[in-house]
Amino acid sequence: MKEILLIIFAAVFANNYVLTKTLGICPFLGVSKQFQQAAGMGVAVTFVMVLATAATWPIQYYVLNPLNIGYLQTIVFILVIAALVQFVEITLKRFIPGLHKSLGIYLPLITTNCAVLDVAIANITNETAFLPSLFNSLGAGIGFLLAMILFAGVRTRLDQNTNVPKAFRGLPITLAAAAIVSLSFMAFSLK
Amino acid sequence: MTEILIAALVVTGIGLVCGLILVLADRFMHVEEDHTFTEIRACLPGANCGACGYTGCDGYAKALAADKEGALATNLCVPGADAVAAQIASVLGREAMDVIEQVAVAGCDGDCNATRVKYEYQGVKTCAAVKMLYGGNGLCSYGCIGLGDCASACPNQAICIKEGIAHIDTRLCTGCGMCTKTCPQHLIRLMPDVEKVVVMCSNHDKGAQTRKACSHGCIACRKCEKNCPTGAVTVVNNLASIDYSKCIKCNKCSDNCPTGAIMIADLSGIHRQRG
Repeated sequence: MKEILLIIFAAVFANNYVLTKTLGICPFLGVSKQFQQAAGMGVAVTFVMVLATAATWPIQYYVLNPLNIGYLQTIVFILVIAALVQFVEITLKRFIPGLHKSLGIYLPLITTNCAVLDVAIANITNETAFLPSLFNSLGAGIGFLLAMILFAGVRTRLDQNTNVPKAFRGLPITLAAAAIVSLSFMAFSLK
Repeated sequence: MTEILIAALVVTGIGLVCGLILVLADRFMHVEEDHTFTEIRACLPGANCGACGYTGCDGYAKALAADKEGALATNLCVPGADAVAAQIASVLGREAMDVIEQVAVAGCDGDCNATRVKYEYQGVKTCAAVKMLYGGNGLCSYGCIGLGDCASACPNQAICIKEGIAHIDTRLCTGCGMCTKTCPQHLIRLMPDVEKVVVMCSNHDKGAQTRKACSHGCIACRKCEKNCPTGAVTVVNNLASIDYSKCIKCNKCSDNCPTGAIMIADLSGIHRQRG
């Protein structure tokens, strides 16, 4: 139990995918305008991350490794994750249309999300066992969700702020704010 | 050889399995989609001009398809005009609405006979560049610069420069508003094509000053204001402005204007060429 908590906390704070590893920046900047969408995207990414690990880990250990074709990892993982996201999209459309509507164009974005791919690959390269891998993915997803929510809060305040110089409005000030938010996460990874 | 074969077979196999799962998922969890969107989108001209107030034709079609109560007007597509409005209405099963088309009107009649330049300009031939040099080379700092930024922005070649000012051919204008955004003097505005009188001046200077700069300018004499039977014309900030919701198209303001700044205009573009 303690181990699991440790894995999750490490993935959420110290190895936060967005703010420490700077992966998955595209949805981080693209979907963080509104709190609701940001949270939805975060949940979706968490869900896909866990599912992706659950699918890719067995493929690596029971298909690729026995056949000595571990070098196909990247291409196979991309294939599997892409299919998985499609599957999730179809499922969401059928069972949770509300969430599907709000995620809409962002779901395909997850397909090519480097954070998701990196979680799957990192679990293999770190030689993590299956269950800890799942918890690591869960932690990574929660970390992503946390970053999204934090940044959505920052951005709503940024949008209300009229003191921002004209040249910095929009994306420039957003990037600057993202840098400052990620600075705050440095405290967790300092040894 | 076998290594390559195994690798290729494994990737193909995984791909096939994924594909199969997706096909099955699509078969068993298929959701009937709304065809209204695609049908409406097919009616719209696809110019993505934004005159409807949505982000392109897709945006408008989506909004119409999502609008179940029928509160959203079907006549917002200005370039498509009545034909498109009728098609959309038939798709949605609603009564067709007449499109009050918007046409661009350049609010300046200070051609080279009416006004002069204050310096000879020889730089880059765009209005935006001239505007940066002492606010333009015209004696009237509000007037049309006449280098045709609007004409080059117009997708329908509806604007030409004659005698130093922009003229808009209402038959060709589709009311997309591109020129209104380009004009550095903000002279051009969109107006409903049913109106008959327009103020062809944008000068906010005091009367005497305007008179020195241009013989067609609004000198804020308030004759129009006094002659208007419905109080539609008011002089605000030294410039006549018409409240079209009150205008009864009696032309008394234009008849009594001493400088001709208020003009009778036919914006209807009777033989309007619309695709």
